[in-house]
Amino acid sequence: MIHRYVSNGYRIVLDTNSGAVHIFGEAPFAMLDYLDGSVPDKPPEGMLRDLSDRFGEETLREGYGEILELYRKGQLFSADVYGPYAALLKNAPIKSMCLNIAHDCNLRCRYCFAAQGDFGGERMLMPFSVAKSAVDFLVAHSGARHNLELDFFGGEPLMNFDVVKKTVAYAHSLEKQHNKNFRFTITTNGLLLNDDRIDFINREMSNCILSLDGRKEVNDRLRVRVDGSGCYDSIVPKFQKLVARRSREKDYYVRGTFTKYNLDFTNDVKHYLELGFPEISVEPVVSDPRLDYSIREEDLPRVSEEYDRLSQLVIERAKEGRGFDFFHFMVDLNQGPCVIKRLRGCSCGNEYVAVTPTGDVYPCHQFVGKPEWRMGSVLDDTLDTEMKNRFALTNVYSKPECRGCWAKFYCSGGCNANNLEYEGDIRRPHKVSCFLEKKRLECAIMIQAALADSGNEQMRG
Amino acid sequence: MKQIKTLNRANLKESAARGGCGECQASCQSACKTSCTVTNQKCENKNR
Repeated sequence: MIHRYVSNGYRIVLDTNSGAVHIFGEAPFAMLDYLDGSVPDKPPEGMLRDLSDRFGEETLREGYGEILELYRKGQLFSADVYGPYAALLKNAPIKSMCLNIAHDCNLRCRYCFAAQGDFGGERMLMPFSVAKSAVDFLVAHSGARHNLELDFFGGEPLMNFDVVKKTVAYAHSLEKQHNKNFRFTITTNGLLLNDDRIDFINREMSNCILSLDGRKEVNDRLRVRVDGSGCYDSIVPKFQKLVARRSREKDYYVRGTFTKYNLDFTNDVKHYLELGFPEISVEPVVSDPRLDYSIREEDLPRVSEEYDRLSQLVIERAKEGRGFDFFHFMVDLNQGPCVIKRLRGCSCGNEYVAVTPTGDVYPCHQFVGKPEWRMGSVLDDTLDTEMKNRFALTNVYSKPECRGCWAKFYCSGGCNANNLEYEGDIRRPHKVSCFLEKKRLECAIMIQAALADSGNEQMRG
Repeated sequence: MKQIKTLNRANLKESAARGGCGECQASCQSACKTSCTVTNQKCENKNR
């Protein structure tokens, strides 16, 4: 299977099953119209007849030879041989945990999937005893995995920061005995940041996610406090202080959500850069299409245009030596994840679980609040292994629409929670998310092409 | 090659043989939480 497209003047051909990415000249790109899944030793008659006036026979024969070479090397129309691996994903250890340390929030963001902090239930903070049991549960179910991830999430984790600190200390205390390396991450809206907390986060958290939606008017329209006022003025100086004091060895992302209200989100990315935040993630809101701010199918052409605009900004800044990272455009074409990882996907409900303040285990943070998806409890060390195996086998081969999709080894089947929420089934991909994911991948690969071609731009046509 | 430029030396097939150590980050632990991209995760396999 191949995917071919033209973007920013580059004719890009992606070979899905090998992962090879090629930039084609005009003649070989035109020849692909005549090839269907394989490359015969000799060019099809019709191809030479139809294209010789346009390109000349010598160019065509040379181009065809190059196509044939790629085919023989397994870099074009290569076969999908990974199906058998997908069946082996059961019984994996659990190695990542999202700890919903606070089912409460000091903001009332209008688009919040966590029902403005309480996940549709009672507002409460996780007691340390539950957090401790969660860490024990993770260690006990992690098998031989060395790297364990613990994400402090909410609601707003800083509302329960003493428990965050105690949990970090407790997890560290287990590392040597169990041969584990804990990596902590936190997602915060910033309101309760102070110097001590900034220092703790910068010391202990391998990654921190700072929630900000870009320009003040964009942020303050939807990210509001209980009294309806915006939070921009309070949080931006705190985020700037955190980033200024943070080691470059450690990750952070300023993370925004774009909605129908700011389809020009490239301007929000520019605003982050003006504020001094070059590590950026901006994601589409995922919400009921009936709501005013939701991204609907009719908005997709406009969003596509904006991703193209953002791609240009990424390329321009990189060429000027002022590059920045946009999370969803980051793709390492050479040393990216192995195909087994790509089959595992997000691993929700299998290697990754979420834990609520009462100790209940769910497949991920987005399933919390849906009792039928409760998998167990860290308090009595129960886990529904049947449900775990069901998630383990939820992959691109068990999702009929993914099986034939060129992007299957990049998005790995998408977000199961979004699939459930908007398509009614964890194995039926959410259409809007799929469209946007494919567009972002096309942009990400084009950016790599443009940067590889930087200087002479010889492959651009 | 004159008319085709290959951007990478990726070979997913080879990665199947030595992959699957499971030490890399779960994608939702990075910066998304509401969508899923797996390709942007770093490989942490020391034996690759």
